[in-house]
Amino acid sequence: MTRRLKLTEGTLPVLVVLAILLVALAFAGPAFNEPAGYLALLKRAAPLMILAIGQYFVIVSGGFDLSVGSLVTAEVVIAARLIDGEEGATAWVLLFMLGFGALVGLVNGLITTRLLVPSFIVTLGMLLVLDGAVFLWTGGAPRGALSDAFRTVGRSGFEVPLLGQVPWSVVLLAVIVVAAVFFMRGGTGRTLVAVGDNETAVRLGGGRVERLRTLAFVLSGLSAAVAAVLLGGFAGVSAQVGDGLEFRVITAVVLGGVLLGGGRGSVVAAMAGALTLEALFSLLNLLGVSGGLESAVQGVIIIAAVAYASAGSNLFRHKVVNQEKKNVKEETAAQQ
Amino acid sequence: MSKKKLLRSSSFALAAAGVLALSACSSDLPADTGGTTGTTTAAGAPAGSEFFDQAEYDRQLALRSATPQGPADKPWEQALEPAMTDTAKYKKDGPYNICFSNASVDNPWRQVGWKTMQAEAELHPEIAKFTTLDAEAKDDKQISDIQSLTSQDCHALIVSPNTTATLTPAVEQACATGIPVITFDRGVNTECPVTAIHPIGGYAFGASAAEFLAKSIPAGGKVLGLRVLPGVDVLEHRWAAAEKIFAANGVQVVGAEFTGNDSAKAKSIVSDYLQREGKIDGIWMDDGTAAVPVLEAFEDAGAEAPAISGEDQQQFLEKWKSENLKAFAPTYPTYQWRTPVIAALKVLKGEQVPKEWILPQPVIETSTLDQYLTAGMPPLHYGLCGCKEMPGFPDKWK
Repeated sequence: MTRRLKLTEGTLPVLVVLAILLVALAFAGPAFNEPAGYLALLKRAAPLMILAIGQYFVIVSGGFDLSVGSLVTAEVVIAARLIDGEEGATAWVLLFMLGFGALVGLVNGLITTRLLVPSFIVTLGMLLVLDGAVFLWTGGAPRGALSDAFRTVGRSGFEVPLLGQVPWSVVLLAVIVVAAVFFMRGGTGRTLVAVGDNETAVRLGGGRVERLRTLAFVLSGLSAAVAAVLLGGFAGVSAQVGDGLEFRVITAVVLGGVLLGGGRGSVVAAMAGALTLEALFSLLNLLGVSGGLESAVQGVIIIAAVAYASAGSNLFRHKVVNQEKKNVKEETAAQQ
Repeated sequence: MSKKKLLRSSSFALAAAGVLALSACSSDLPADTGGTTGTTTAAGAPAGSEFFDQAEYDRQLALRSATPQGPADKPWEQALEPAMTDTAKYKKDGPYNICFSNASVDNPWRQVGWKTMQAEAELHPEIAKFTTLDAEAKDDKQISDIQSLTSQDCHALIVSPNTTATLTPAVEQACATGIPVITFDRGVNTECPVTAIHPIGGYAFGASAAEFLAKSIPAGGKVLGLRVLPGVDVLEHRWAAAEKIFAANGVQVVGAEFTGNDSAKAKSIVSDYLQREGKIDGIWMDDGTAAVPVLEAFEDAGAEAPAISGEDQQQFLEKWKSENLKAFAPTYPTYQWRTPVIAALKVLKGEQVPKEWILPQPVIETSTLDQYLTAGMPPLHYGLCGCKEMPGFPDKWK
């Protein structure tokens, strides 16, 4: 029983907040009296949740990925230019996008791990490079158009009796969530958390720290590519689509109780953080709060969550430090 | 242990609840001014707003029905109520080197305009050189661009200012060097340029759109205002005029939100409002970039398409035609990019030009839609480019 509770370390608070928000939503708007309202919320939150999974891998292994917002923009703009309204081009452009996302992640990862540049700087640089490249290439105005097939995943869904329309993006999200959870329960996932917590221990234990960290960046790049498919599908071509996403996703991950600096937090909680953030914004909107408050709320959340986490982790660390010495793997499992 | 955990989680929940409570408190303000009860406040607001100038508002609304002078088939050469100014002292023999300090090409509107301007410059063999510097939307870069251009052998300098106040001294300095200076699009706070070129303006734009919506939606219907950014005078004028017209016609404004020109954000905002209000009869936009995603928000929610004001952007015009929308497009024509080149040549030939060159600002209605819709143009093209007859059309604009 204690063991089960331990598994949810860091996950419980965000789930509580999420539950409160979902109940509040039901009172705030008539749309949330039916499943359709919640499905619409999930559809809206899906890109951020997928990004949160990618960002979680990086943060939990002790890094940051600030380049995801500009990567999303770059992916959407490139896709529009390559597809240029031609349905037939959709499939290979989708593959190209995944490849490009992985490549950007690989570059981030290799520079961080091999040249030992802090990931904060590497990905900040990547953000600027991508922003600049997109601007140079498009002159600030995206050209081309996305095909209808490309837009299906982000825009439409299929009818299910009782539930109403289930968006494709929610199905895709579900698949990715299951994959992420299995990955984190496996050996590689556990070692990834251990890298964030105690790199030396992992190294001594024979773990390939550089390779794992690079993998985290590649996964983050891939998640940005998928998010770009969903966001581009949702609203079409735009050169602003990824603006500010990097901060929003870090807010989400932090809200999910994932420790900045790495080593603690669960992937489910990171996603729950993203959903919580979107639910919060929906609620604010339903209450008629102006959009300007969104940034302020994000700021408050980052500060509050980090303050809470550092107060919490101090208590936590005293308890586990002895156990950690005995068995690193056991400890990582506990954090899951 | 589990007790401590519970404590921690509840304190977190409390903190979150605090955030919520905080936001609920501050929601009083926007709800009162922008909400349904706010139309009365809004009616009074424009008069006191720093961005509202009653005299200019009246002037622009009247200019909409003024008869332009100049060739009817070339609106970029026309002028409304021009007061001509003498340019004899700038007369020079060609060939000319004309210089241009551009604020930026960072949006589709400026891109279409910039292509049109280059095509115009190519039309005139007496222009030997067309030197351009792009300020990339940075005031400081534009100030040094202008300084650098005035120290070269430019015969005339065209400026499209990035911002009004900051660029004013730079333009004054350029005037002081003795070369003729021409501004267009946005203006500067000085009389020194030989001619300042611009369409009628933001009040006319906002008012035309609001008048269309007021007569297109049922009595007491709900309109959502979608704005790009706060604090930009042209955009503020658009909304100030709209608020005034809506208030006068009893239109219920359910909200005015900033989209930051982000299609996804605009679409999300509209989805939220549809959930909140149930039905929205009209969409007022101060920039048409997000018009199509906004219409898609209605489609995706299974709601009836609203009456909508957009701009002359190709993808909006196409959707308007194919779906027979109840739509309207006040414009800020891109053909105005042709005028400064024409003006520069007139000045260098010693011909008179209007001191304030006000261009006509046509509106697109369903009856005139076909005139501005050209099949095969890219989605972000602007219909009022005045470029259809230019050499290289349409390929250069694709």
